[in-house]
Amino acid sequence: MEFIIYKIILISAVLGLTLLVAMYSTYAERKVAAFMQDRLGPNRAGPFGLLQPLADGIKMFMKEEIIPDVSNKVLFVLGPCIAMVTALMTGVVIPWGPDLIIGGTHYPLQITDVNIGVLYVFGVVSIGVYGIMIGGWASNNKYALLGAIRASSQMISYEVAMGLSIISIIMMTGTLSLREIVEQQAGAHWNVFYSPLAFIIFLICAFAECNRTPFDLPECETELIGGYHTEYSSMKLGFYLFAEYINMFISSAIISCVFFGGYNFPGVDSLGLSNNIMAFLHAGILFGKIFFFIFFFMWVRWTIPRFRYDQLMNLGWKGLLPLSMVNIFITGIVMYLAGKL
Amino acid sequence: MSNVIAEPQKKEKEYSTLNLGPTHPATHGIFQNVLKMDGEIIMDSEATIGYIHRAFEKIAEHRPYYQITTLTDRMNYCSSPINNMGWEMTVEKLLGVEIPKRVDYMRIVIMELARIADHIVCNTVIGVDTGALSGFVYMFQWREKIYEIFEEICGARLTTNIGRIGGFERDFSDKSWKQINDFIAEFPAILKEYEGLLMRNRIFMDRTIGAGPISPELALNYGFTGPNLRAAGVDYDVRVMNPYSSYQDFDFIVPVGTKGDTYDRFQVRHEEMKQSQSIIKQALQKLEGMKGGPHHADVPAFYLPPKDEVYNNMEALIYHFKVVMGEVDVPVGEVYHSVEGGNGELGFYVISDGGRAPFRVHFRRPCFIYYQGYADMVKGSMLSDAILTLSSMNVIAGELDA
Repeated sequence: MEFIIYKIILISAVLGLTLLVAMYSTYAERKVAAFMQDRLGPNRAGPFGLLQPLADGIKMFMKEEIIPDVSNKVLFVLGPCIAMVTALMTGVVIPWGPDLIIGGTHYPLQITDVNIGVLYVFGVVSIGVYGIMIGGWASNNKYALLGAIRASSQMISYEVAMGLSIISIIMMTGTLSLREIVEQQAGAHWNVFYSPLAFIIFLICAFAECNRTPFDLPECETELIGGYHTEYSSMKLGFYLFAEYINMFISSAIISCVFFGGYNFPGVDSLGLSNNIMAFLHAGILFGKIFFFIFFFMWVRWTIPRFRYDQLMNLGWKGLLPLSMVNIFITGIVMYLAGKL
Repeated sequence: MSNVIAEPQKKEKEYSTLNLGPTHPATHGIFQNVLKMDGEIIMDSEATIGYIHRAFEKIAEHRPYYQITTLTDRMNYCSSPINNMGWEMTVEKLLGVEIPKRVDYMRIVIMELARIADHIVCNTVIGVDTGALSGFVYMFQWREKIYEIFEEICGARLTTNIGRIGGFERDFSDKSWKQINDFIAEFPAILKEYEGLLMRNRIFMDRTIGAGPISPELALNYGFTGPNLRAAGVDYDVRVMNPYSSYQDFDFIVPVGTKGDTYDRFQVRHEEMKQSQSIIKQALQKLEGMKGGPHHADVPAFYLPPKDEVYNNMEALIYHFKVVMGEVDVPVGEVYHSVEGGNGELGFYVISDGGRAPFRVHFRRPCFIYYQGYADMVKGSMLSDAILTLSSMNVIAGELDA
């Protein structure tokens, strides 16, 4: 019983945090953009515009809901639901920090430590593309359909390279559990130093998976109006946009966990603080890393242009895929020479 | 970089029709393109125009000459001062008025500022259409500064109605001279920054090189002029070929491209901004020695006399009445005058039968001509390229439809 209550508390905490971070990512995005473009950004709602995401949320709910007559109504509603649900589902395997110890009982700061955590993330992310595909197709709009086609082909292509890039990490760590991967990187033994190529490939693919610039072809507003969500309005549109920010948050979390030592940071363990404070400190470290990557996502978005469809495919299949395969071989050879095989 | 060329398809293949416009974010203005698409590849394109046709040429037949200036504003609204002055020069040509050098140089300052503003819009919008929004917002501050200069000189920003037949309504104020000097001093660094953002960016180059190319022959056959023709490699510039407003007194380079693709157009416009700066600098130097000189020609029948003259002088009162009522006679004749607009050769063809309004007017609008070539340029390319081609040609709906 206690176990279930704890899990429920943890799940609600993680869910709430994810939503909060995603909410304030929209605010951060606008502030970062404003900073890059020498503007002010949102500053009217509340101090420094901090209530802007709330105002936007209320606006989204209050907007008239328009479902096109010619659309497939069930699928039209299902699309954003899938996008939102799958985006939220990935959070469960991320280890937010070491165990809390209260009264001798261990409380892990991770909803569930699946021993195939990495595979689980990939699996759920793959489902996420259905949200976009279904939404785009059900709208019965040519621009939405083009966006959906772009999205699905882009995501499928980049998932391959993404999966292959992470194999070298799995070879080194010998586990698929995210917690174990993180634990092995204690101190400064971050995987990014051992397999930088894998990190770069994974990062690029993460951009593509999140539909962020330079890979935002599914929704590039200058060509496809709104891409797959052209026909959406009110909170269903909000879900799509929100899912994108949640995906960004989760991607940043995965990148931090797999490549940047998760909640580890060199020198923190020797501070000699009590266990529970340490747990929260570690969680804070993880969030620091996550925020950095979210900022990185935004930084890139407001700096560089986007690819063309065929160039994107070329990069995915002719550039990243062979590179990630080469990376597997390199990792294998180095491990063999280091006597780890 | 291989250009995407459509493979020959079998007859029974099914294509889909895509309406690009009239209200599409990429068509900066209101015009339509009916595309026949094979997936993302454009098989055929059909341009539709007329969504904001306002019959300017017909309206002009019923207006006194000085009132037609305001119509020209609303054609290429990105560089309206050039349109205004083009029209004023056309009427001056018809009247045979001698324009003082100082007015010529002042006009050149304004026209080159307008050219910079126009090219800022076009080049940054290419950035936006490739997905780089920051450069656009950043550069628009500088377009804003140009508009502030216009505001100081004539009171309006977008549809300027700047200048009068014969010169300027009033001399530039000290503040506007300062604003112009400041702008010229600060702008090069900003332009360099923007150049750093896109010019050698790998993604941007991949996107724009080979997108929407046009051969010089085809461009000439369609009647292309301005930056779009120069990007194809033909060094035709009205300012050099047929100098007006004393452009012959200035030293500048006419940049030309080689392939006529989006990247070349981008670079030609970029270089032209630099050349415009140098022209303005030269003009400012020349004007330095002409302080207090005349700011308008002596055309009492078209140029409003000063107010105290109107109250105290019979002649002036008569002219004031005649100018305001538009009851001035114009010599019978036929005149064509063209200026290098922001977008190409902007021509004004006027037939006068001696009455208060022109008998017939035709505006040679470069955008109208570019848009005819557009369908040919995008055939066989991808949707993304078609959008870049459109924005890099800087087709402005107001000028297209007139």
